[in-house]
Amino acid sequence: MATKATVSLIPGTGLNDETGALLTGFNWEDLMAFLTRRADDILELTRDHLVVVVVSVVLAAIIGIGLGILVRNRRIARTTVLTAAAVAITIPSLALLALLSPVLGLGWLPTVVALVFYSLLPVVRNTVVGLREVPVSVLESARGMGLGPTRILFTVQLPIAWPVIMTGIRVAAQLTVGIAAIAAYVAGPGLGEYIFKGLSSLGSKNALNYALTGTVAVIILALVLDGILVLVARLTTSRGLRA
Amino acid sequence: MPDITTNTGVLTSLAAQQGGVDIVLDHITKQYPGQQRPAVEDFSMRVEPGELIMFVGPSGCGKTTTMKMINRIIEPTSGSIRINGDDVLSLDGNELRRHIGYVIQQIGLFPHFTIAENIAIVPKLLGWSKARIAERVDELLRTVQLDPGTFAQRYPRQLSGGQQQRVGVARALAADPPVMLMDEPFGATDPITREKLQAEFLRIQADIGKTIIFVTHDFEEAIRMGDRIAVLSDRSQIEQFDTPARILAEPANDYVRSFIGEGAALKRLALIPVTDARIGSADAAAPAVTVDEHSSLREALDTLVLTGAARVNVTRAGAVVGSIDQAAISAALGSEGPARRAEEA
Repeated sequence: MATKATVSLIPGTGLNDETGALLTGFNWEDLMAFLTRRADDILELTRDHLVVVVVSVVLAAIIGIGLGILVRNRRIARTTVLTAAAVAITIPSLALLALLSPVLGLGWLPTVVALVFYSLLPVVRNTVVGLREVPVSVLESARGMGLGPTRILFTVQLPIAWPVIMTGIRVAAQLTVGIAAIAAYVAGPGLGEYIFKGLSSLGSKNALNYALTGTVAVIILALVLDGILVLVARLTTSRGLRA
Repeated sequence: MPDITTNTGVLTSLAAQQGGVDIVLDHITKQYPGQQRPAVEDFSMRVEPGELIMFVGPSGCGKTTTMKMINRIIEPTSGSIRINGDDVLSLDGNELRRHIGYVIQQIGLFPHFTIAENIAIVPKLLGWSKARIAERVDELLRTVQLDPGTFAQRYPRQLSGGQQQRVGVARALAADPPVMLMDEPFGATDPITREKLQAEFLRIQADIGKTIIFVTHDFEEAIRMGDRIAVLSDRSQIEQFDTPARILAEPANDYVRSFIGEGAALKRLALIPVTDARIGSADAAAPAVTVDEHSSLREALDTLVLTGAARVNVTRAGAVVGSIDQAAISAALGSEGPARRAEEA
């Protein structure tokens, strides 16, 4: 969503370009100078962005996988949780932050709560789907060999569902990297600060540089994080499950 | 919990029995809640140590339910089950199942475990040492004719259906359980693979002599493999429980007869070795027409029909020891039933 908001800035610039009267001209050397001058700042924001996303996704993974395990065999609970999570994700992030902020204040807390909130759906859904996709024959043979329910969950069901769960975590991470940018609205950590700075100083000399830097850094972060998660998924999934 | 010690004692004694033990099912009934008629009603049977018992019946007749009550995948509503004299219903279900081999049609290998890890599941649960497990895995893979060097580190998806079911059998045998339950284990394989697996399994069973309950809907398979066959109808009612030869010779009723289908005589001939027939003097007229003495009479008849010869020579280790004709084959068929009855009397 953050990406969408910033993307519209660029056509905005393009419009100005068309009119021939550049309000905020783009200048490569200016951008380089901007980046050099603010390198430390940008790195810090990127690091904060990454930390808030990782913390939120890890929390969401713990809660989401737990929730998925709890509701997987209960039809009503399962439907309720999945529907609630699906509805929750349709709440605009800005609106959610506006609701959270009066209660939780500004900064990290409302940001993490909001990010966990959005991450839950993909994690819970994929946990439920992954666990339910474990072949009945595998479960029956596990039981037939004298494995108890807990042992079956941890040595059979979760490992087999793991690639699917990891996919859910990847989706959550992608979603969260974008939404974290919006959290700058409630003084949350991360690159959103630059995007909002650009937005609020439209017309000024560095508006585009701010927005562009924030946006591109968010995209790079998202790609790098996804790459890392793909690697983690690969390393933690049995070779026997790879297609 | 005073039961724990006795349980362990019983299970230890079960674990020590590797050759096969007796199983007694006593008035077993399974009634599912909300269903009018029980799935299994008042089922009683005694299985001798080392016997391979076939449960044959149409799908939905309760044969699988009956089998699954033995390892308590399904809990009986009433009745008692004793293995080696011990009441299994008083044991811990999971502990019990670790001492009963279980093979199902869909095999159910763990896809995320290697073949070696799959076979090691129960030994690991039982706390075997790593070295002992590794040795056992090797031994079992050889038993089911899979080269350990090639297959131990592969994953199930890299194996064919027949190979997977071999692993399924190896896995069930891993902890050397005295009892095996097999639910249509070869049902999903093609006819050629199935025959191969059946023959291989019979060869293994001849060595290990487990007490086996084998569920199938294939009567041919039952005849081929069973020491005794229980022909079951609705609610797992036993229509006849006897040796394959006796069931073929004297089906108890029309239900059993319908199961045998056409060609009962030929099916019986397949069970009778050539040496059971009256062997006459060697036939010099057609020295090329021979069957080994270990062949069945069905094979002898097959040779007669195929060659058009009047007599077929019987060989022992390649040397002709005599010959039989069609009359001798028919006579063997006729004497089969009464002869066995006399034996038992």
